[in-house]
Amino acid sequence: DSQKTAFLLRKQWTLYSVTPLYRFSDAHLRDYARLLSAFIAAEKQKGLAVEIGVELGIKVAISSLPDLRGSDRDQAAILVQLSSRSPASPKNSEEKVIWSGWFCSVSGDDFSENVPEDFTCLPLFLANGAESYTSIVGSWFQKTFDCCFRRLAISPLNLSWMAAMWTGCKVDKNVSAMELVFSVPHLPQPLDISYAIHPEDAKALWDTVQKTPGEITQEEVDVFMDCLYSHFHRHFKIRLSATKLVKVSTAIASAHCDGIIKFLQSQYLTGVLMLLTELAISQIQ
Amino acid sequence: SEKMQRRQTSKQPLQVHHKNQTGLSAWRKGGRIDPEKSVQNHQSPNNQKNDSKQDSLEQALSYFEKVQDHVSLKKNNVLQKHLTTVESIALQRGLPPEGFDVLLNVALSGKLSDTVNTRLLKSLIPASVIPETSVVSSVSWLCVSKCSSNIQLLFLRWLITVFDFIDHKEQLHALYGFFFSFLQDEKMCPYVCHLLYLLTRKENVKPFRIRRLLDLQAKMGMQSHLQALLSLYKLFCPELVTITLPGKMKTYFKDSEGPWKATIKTVRRRKQENSPVSQPLFLGTAQPQSRKRKWNTQLIIPASSTNKNNLEEDRENQCVDFYSTNEFFPVEQLQTFSQLLQNIHHLEFPSQMGSVLTNPLLLHYMNCIKDESIYLRLYYWMGQTLQEECTWYVADNKQYEEFKDFLEMVYKAECFLQEGFSSCEEFLYKSLPLWDGFCCRSQILRLVSWIPLSSFSEMKSHLYDPLAQLFFTSSLYFKCSVLESLKELLQNWLNWHVIHLDSESDSQVHSLNTTLSGLVNVVAELIDFVGWISTVALRLENNPTFLLYFILDFYETVCDMYLRYNLPLLIMPPAGVFYPALLSMDSVSLNQLCYIMYRYRTNLVAAKENELSKKKILQFKFSSQTYQEYNQYIIAMVGCLWTSSAFQKDIHPQGLCMDDELLKKTTVQEFKTSFNIIYHPAMMGYAVLFLQQAWPDDMTFNFSLIKGKKWNWYLEYLYAQGLKGLKVFIESSINRVSQAS
Repeated sequence: DSQKTAFLLRKQWTLYSVTPLYRFSDAHLRDYARLLSAFIAAEKQKGLAVEIGVELGIKVAISSLPDLRGSDRDQAAILVQLSSRSPASPKNSEEKVIWSGWFCSVSGDDFSENVPEDFTCLPLFLANGAESYTSIVGSWFQKTFDCCFRRLAISPLNLSWMAAMWTGCKVDKNVSAMELVFSVPHLPQPLDISYAIHPEDAKALWDTVQKTPGEITQEEVDVFMDCLYSHFHRHFKIRLSATKLVKVSTAIASAHCDGIIKFLQSQYLTGVLMLLTELAISQIQ
Repeated sequence: SEKMQRRQTSKQPLQVHHKNQTGLSAWRKGGRIDPEKSVQNHQSPNNQKNDSKQDSLEQALSYFEKVQDHVSLKKNNVLQKHLTTVESIALQRGLPPEGFDVLLNVALSGKLSDTVNTRLLKSLIPASVIPETSVVSSVSWLCVSKCSSNIQLLFLRWLITVFDFIDHKEQLHALYGFFFSFLQDEKMCPYVCHLLYLLTRKENVKPFRIRRLLDLQAKMGMQSHLQALLSLYKLFCPELVTITLPGKMKTYFKDSEGPWKATIKTVRRRKQENSPVSQPLFLGTAQPQSRKRKWNTQLIIPASSTNKNNLEEDRENQCVDFYSTNEFFPVEQLQTFSQLLQNIHHLEFPSQMGSVLTNPLLLHYMNCIKDESIYLRLYYWMGQTLQEECTWYVADNKQYEEFKDFLEMVYKAECFLQEGFSSCEEFLYKSLPLWDGFCCRSQILRLVSWIPLSSFSEMKSHLYDPLAQLFFTSSLYFKCSVLESLKELLQNWLNWHVIHLDSESDSQVHSLNTTLSGLVNVVAELIDFVGWISTVALRLENNPTFLLYFILDFYETVCDMYLRYNLPLLIMPPAGVFYPALLSMDSVSLNQLCYIMYRYRTNLVAAKENELSKKKILQFKFSSQTYQEYNQYIIAMVGCLWTSSAFQKDIHPQGLCMDDELLKKTTVQEFKTSFNIIYHPAMMGYAVLFLQQAWPDDMTFNFSLIKGKKWNWYLEYLYAQGLKGLKVFIESSINRVSQAS
């Protein structure tokens, strides 16, 4: 299972929330790819008509990723990949993926159950590649399935949740340090403060904070962060609580407040996606 | 050049009745049986002149029918004469249907010189219609290439211009393939594209034709005429071809008007007929984008475009599906209300529901179709767009204007549909606490008036609390605007209630918040809220008439809820509103108050009668407190205005009752009468004018003269001055028997 989703790891994904897709059907992925490929060609050469179904410079593959879901009640994730063919020797040269994006819903069934049958709920969209392609693909989905894409930013509060949750996760090779990046507001020049903590120290701290394993409360997250802040204050006399948390990196994943994420551990992939699905749903509801 | 337009074909091309057409022979016999022509003759001041013109046109046509090859124009006076006749008649009143066959035949047969042919083609101005047969035979001349390429081009341009005047188009449609083959000719190509654009139907769009057009595109590059035709093909068969038109494009067919358009218009105007040319169609794909912003951060209302999505779906279910895909009427072609009516059974919503906002026809359609998914699609789109665009803090003016226009558009759609959008309600709840009360003020307040009914706990924290905060800290004008929009909100709720009374059997309507008791509670809370903020505002602003007007306007709706809206609820205004209105310096407010009290009375009397006549116990009846409050107010009012006993008889706890000793200390003489209809500060102006008219010589302003019969005259005078509220109040609430004695 982890091999099928391995290509999603160690890439930067830009997050979007997507409202339910109207009249989307898993059975027509090939047709969608054909139409999307012609749409991309038509968009790239505005004013020139494109026949649908012929081989074009950019190949579109749309496929289903059935492993990426929380339960059977979730819709299977949908992967869209654009690859380019070299125009010189189209047959010999290998196709190179130039852009990919995927829709998914992990444990979003509370939301999808309340939506009529005509709609498909895949509230989280992740894109990697040039924004011009995100724009074309997104527009096509918006036009075809009457949905709405919106950038999904992650608030500092949610970032601190991620920091706490991911600290508590067990990882085999505990190599990389946990890093928190803070940005100091209202300065003429931007000033970022990076706070790196040894993962074992962070885990030890979290274990003293968390009361019930498998359950996290807002209070515990606050205590955890406050401990880190007071430690920092003791050494540098800087109050991090007055700054803005902009980035969290751990061995599990790294997340930026602008809505950019990088997955690092395939075993925690669905766990992270579950949280992101929740954030996406709260943005569209 | 003109914008790309596609005229409605074949369905109802002209208003002319075909039975009115006569054959050339009948026409030649000189019979003026054609009603159209006889109408022309009546309009003309000189019938004889017309007769002779007709004769000469007849001669000219019969000459051109028999004309020999290669007659030279210069040497032949007869030809010159007939040509001039045709030209002058064509320019003046157009040619009759019978003329086209003859003139097209001679012009395209190559018998005469190009100069003559050109002049003939240029004079082909239709007076009414052009027979299809004459066009079909012209096309056969075109195929044998007897005429020069210039004449061919001129003919095509003529055909495009007069397309809507051709009486039938079925045979012409059958020639689609012929026209298509003319595309090879590089010179003809633009005009043939335009003609095909006018002719194309869904069944004409075939893969081999698409391939041929794509080949041409590859050969000639980006050509606007090819783009137009390909866009139309895409419209009919989005599963075969696609194209994105550049945003700045405006002209698709160059020089399509030719030398005829102006003359046709003149001839038409002379005949005082409306042009049959229907609305032009603009392909929705070319939407101008003013600014460059990041993807999806720009406020774009999607253009109406056909839902491509079910094309595949239906292809597989075709045997099951009652309406096959071919039957769908593309929304891009929906331009008129009659089209909507004709196609309503096979119309489909556009691929992006947001586009209905800018399309009144689709809003009509939406009103007819009650489908949850339609509202849900709109809900998602609007909710996301409102959140994305609401930038209270960003001072980017251009963006601000855009957002304002968007809110305006949403409001208009709500008015059209007579219901609020739930996405808009949620947006208001989220954004009102952050609102400065200034940005997009009128738009926001108008949207408030369309908030759907919901339970009070939500309304209080989401709407009333943030609104009250802004209300108390903002200008008088803002306060009035808020009251105005709350009045509209109340009216919208009441209208909703009246409409849904009829469909009460629908089980779905009865959700928790929309039961009658729920509704009564919610409405009562709104009225109480307005009563409270009005009382405070009158004190804050020191009772200005302007504010009082808006408050009383609200109560004009409140006092009539039982009779006008069938809602078992009446709430009296608080004393903080009633007394400032009663003691107002302005007759407008006093008159308004009188009218309101009259309506309260009418409603309460009706309610009491209903209560007494029905044996079973009503679920809702007005509390005795409402009657009591009304009575207290009426005693105060009658005491003030009529019996001059307000200070003694007012029994309202916040009323005017005052001790005589205290009143004497004010040193005001005749304090008892100081608020009756003569001495009331709002009325004294009338009393002065009345005295001046009744006793023009008396300059002492002796108000005590107004009594007995004069009192009645004074009342009549007041009524004549437009104080209708006072009239209905006195007539209903004051027992005049004692007065008559």
